[in-house]
Amino acid sequence: MELKNKKNRRDFLKNGALLTGGMLIASGMKPFSALVYATNHNEDAEHWYGMAIDIEKCIGCGNCAKACKIENDVPEEPFFFRTWVEQYTILNDGSKIITSENGGLNGASQDYTPDEIFKSFFVPKMCNHCTNSPCTQVCPVGATFESPEGVALVDSTYCIGCRYCVQACPYGCRYIHPKTKIADKCTLCYHRITNGQVPACQEVCPTNAKIFGDLNDRSSELVQFIKKHDWQILKPHMNTKPKVVYNALSGEVN
Amino acid sequence: MPKHIRRLLLLFAVLITLFIIVRQVLIPDSFGQFGHYRGLALEENKAHVARYVGTDICAECHWETMELKTADMHAEISCETCHGPGWKHIEEPEQGQLTIPEGREFCGTCHSRNPARSASLIAQVNLSDHNIETNCSECHNPHAPWN
Ligand code: HEC
Ligand code: HEC
Ligand code: HEC
Ligand code: HEC
Repeated sequence: MELKNKKNRRDFLKNGALLTGGMLIASGMKPFSALVYATNHNEDAEHWYGMAIDIEKCIGCGNCAKACKIENDVPEEPFFFRTWVEQYTILNDGSKIITSENGGLNGASQDYTPDEIFKSFFVPKMCNHCTNSPCTQVCPVGATFESPEGVALVDSTYCIGCRYCVQACPYGCRYIHPKTKIADKCTLCYHRITNGQVPACQEVCPTNAKIFGDLNDRSSELVQFIKKHDWQILKPHMNTKPKVVYNALSGEVN
Repeated sequence: MPKHIRRLLLLFAVLITLFIIVRQVLIPDSFGQFGHYRGLALEENKAHVARYVGTDICAECHWETMELKTADMHAEISCETCHGPGWKHIEEPEQGQLTIPEGREFCGTCHSRNPARSASLIAQVNLSDHNIETNCSECHNPHAPWN
């Protein structure tokens, strides 16, 4: 009687150990291969999307900021933007004034007379879709990531709204949506570009100051633009390797 | 092996099993499909409905306006830049559903004088002294400003 009981227990323990081991191996494989992907950027992907912004062409009408809000259901109240326009004014005394009233959405105004101004220009800002994106690296749950085409996206059903990514972005391109309380940002109009359309901001730009395209396609308008212009990126010292590039970017811009 | 160590090991085994089961349940199916994220999130991002439909679609019905516009200085501007997104209008044109811009300020968003604007790129006027007595569209057709 006693002996039998002992045997049962040993069987039970043995089976338990086998089960545990099996499960460990099964579930171990999947997530760890995901970690390998995460550190492995696929710049040889079929598409590698980016955008060029031509500061020489921007007239600061703010239609991009307006269309972006409508296209992507960005809240109307001011100061939540996926894309916005900054007006830089450098005065003759060297001081730098940056204005962006309501993200430049209703157009821009200039408070200084031409006599006082050394130079002045507009800088449209948006997510830089970095190749080394700090925002996707800090996400604790894997709710923000780079798509296979290099577009930084948010998984809105998975995001826990912890705001790490908002802090991490050196370009200030993320915000917490006041209604859903999750992180929101420019998707390069992922729903449009995967459907053969250009991003909404480019669609409405009256002067073609924005050029979306595939950096892996040498015949694309974007690659041709990059070939012909002296482009720059924002904050190169951050080593984020943005895929949004600027033509005629002045040293004053930060 | 002493009894208490064995018990401890057993406890660990149970806890680890529990942890793995819970983890298995919590990690969504498509997680890790393309990378350290839910693969389905790509499709969800794609599923958003586009609001701006593009000028080519407007031209199918408004070809007269389109011809007028193409022949003049506003040729490069998309219809929806001024009239707003057309996704509802193209489904039900009779409902309107578009903005008809009016007022001098509207034209001013692009044409008001501002040193930040390149003079060679965009013609600019002082809203406060360029023919202030009437609306811009009295003299300039918004679809063809010199028409
Ligand atoms: C399927 C054909 C069709 C397409 C496509 C279409 N429209 Fe229309 N649109 C109409 C018709 C019909 C009317 C006249 C409705 C009325 O008189 O009530 C109209 C009226 C308008 C008006 C005047 C509305 C008003 O309230 O007076 C504007 C502005 C307009 N369309 C712009 C556009 C733009 C911009 C697009 C492209 C996004 C577009 N339409 C695409 C058929 C179309
Ligand atoms: C520069 C801005 C601008 C653009 C671009 C533009 N519109 Fe308009 N549109 C206006 C304004 C302003 C009015 C109102 C005219 C008025 O008050 O008489 C108007 C009026 C209209 C109307 C009402 C009837 C009429 O003809 O006055 C229609 C229809 C229309 N637009 C269609 C179009 C279509 C189609 C396109 C693209 C091919 C287009 N618009 C592009 C500014 C624009
Ligand atoms: C979204 C920006 C935008 C809006 C709004 C707009 N325009 Fe224009 N307009 C342009 C662009 C771009 C050009 C072509 C470049 C240029 O000015 O030489 C242009 C050209 C013109 C020209 C010809 C200038 C020239 O160099 O010969 C006139 C006149 C004009 N627009 C009047 C108007 C009027 C009137 C309105 C309001 C109904 C208006 N525009 C609204 C962007 C705009
Ligand atoms: C009473 C008629 C009239 C009205 C109203 C009017 N314009 Fe003009 N506009 C003209 C004439 C005529 C010219 C060409 C001669 C000139 O440059 O003044 C002109 C020229 C322009 C030019 C080209 C300037 C340049 O330097 O090439 C622009 C841009 C323009 N108008 C925009 C507007 C805007 C915007 C409004 C409304 C705020 C407006 N106009 C209202 C008659 C008018």
